[in-house]
Amino acid sequence: MSIQVAIRHVATSEHRRFELDVAFATDKRRLVIYGPSGAGKTLTLRSVAGLLRPDHGRIVVNGRTLFESEQGIDIPARDRRCGYLFQDYALFPHLTVAQNIRFGREAGLRNPSRGGMDDASARWIKVFELEAVVRSYPSQLSGGQRQRTALARALAAGPDILLLDEPFSAVDPALRGRLRQELSELQATLDLPMIVITHDPADADALGDEVLEIRDGRIHHGAV
Amino acid sequence: MKVALWATAINLVLGVAVAYGLSRWRSGWRDLVDSLLTLPLVLPPTVLGYYLLVLLGRRGTVGAWLDHWGISPVFTWQGAVIASTLVAFPMIQKAAQAAFENVDAEYEAAARVLGLRGPAIFFRVALPLASRGITAGALLAFARALGEFGATLMIAGNMPGRTQTLSTAIYAAVQAGDDAGANTLVVVASITCVVVLLIAGRLAPGRRRP
Repeated sequence: MSIQVAIRHVATSEHRRFELDVAFATDKRRLVIYGPSGAGKTLTLRSVAGLLRPDHGRIVVNGRTLFESEQGIDIPARDRRCGYLFQDYALFPHLTVAQNIRFGREAGLRNPSRGGMDDASARWIKVFELEAVVRSYPSQLSGGQRQRTALARALAAGPDILLLDEPFSAVDPALRGRLRQELSELQATLDLPMIVITHDPADADALGDEVLEIRDGRIHHGAV
Repeated sequence: MKVALWATAINLVLGVAVAYGLSRWRSGWRDLVDSLLTLPLVLPPTVLGYYLLVLLGRRGTVGAWLDHWGISPVFTWQGAVIASTLVAFPMIQKAAQAAFENVDAEYEAAARVLGLRGPAIFFRVALPLASRGITAGALLAFARALGEFGATLMIAGNMPGRTQTLSTAIYAAVQAGDDAGANTLVVVASITCVVVLLIAGRLAPGRRRP
């Protein structure tokens, strides 16, 4: 696989003006972007997913151009086939675990029914050992179960790439080591490319074939 | 009662649509539109009724057009519905807008990366997550529509059996010296409003589903 990103974006809010100017390319299957909070990690990841439209630049994943400002290419987020794990998971609180996982499998105006199931979702529920909680609501889950539900939801939609935003920040530190291991093994089994953004050097060590460091909106190449 | 139910139903669709639109609209005009939509809450109902009469009467812009099609809402129960709808509109619109703005944008982002289109996101994510606030607003709007007097009197008049509402009937009963009738109607109106407020309070934000 290959990822090429070269984007510039100016984000302004009442309190500050932030300039993002990042460029990187890799052939590695596991890329970690490492840096302190506020460095532009999330903006970069959201740009790849199509949740943020950069002012300038291009984003190419596996030879597919997702964004190219010069040619006016901007594939909408819904068609980018990016599996996105949100920092606090963003599980739908009004839906059960099973409905959350099946959410991306149905495109209609109605949510998946409470009792229904499809093959792909059933497979991911099994992989993540969520059988016992399929009828529970996200508020009733433990941190680890929430993360696994969010991963299952992203994977059930059949993504080309996984984008993980601080995957372990919302779980108990004692659990992180084991979850890192699980994620690493899962990625190896699935052979699915992924980009992980994190401020935790332990994540970078455990999950990165290539590690990029980002500070103040710029990539600093080289070892961390 | 029929008038209040109709007004609430119309407002539910209209108020929710406008509220969703406004909660997603980022522009300087937003505040102005928002203020204009709140006007019915602060204007004297008789002023609203007068505007409606001017607008919908046979000589009004909209009224002349409607008249052309053989419809004249003045002094009909449908006219009373229009008046009640207008007066109660801000109750639903305000409640729904606050509810939509409280829905975490991450949920809609999650729905987008999972492949959903705008309308599907509205029906599957935004609407269910805002539903409690909307229901509470609808109940308040119903109570407001039930109590509507001024604008209704202006546009629909007070014809027993045709355009008379609960509020105007109470007024008529007192005017006619029918104390027994007035008492009954007042008790009915009071109980309805208390029940509605109790339910609305239960649904108010802050009390989450278990």
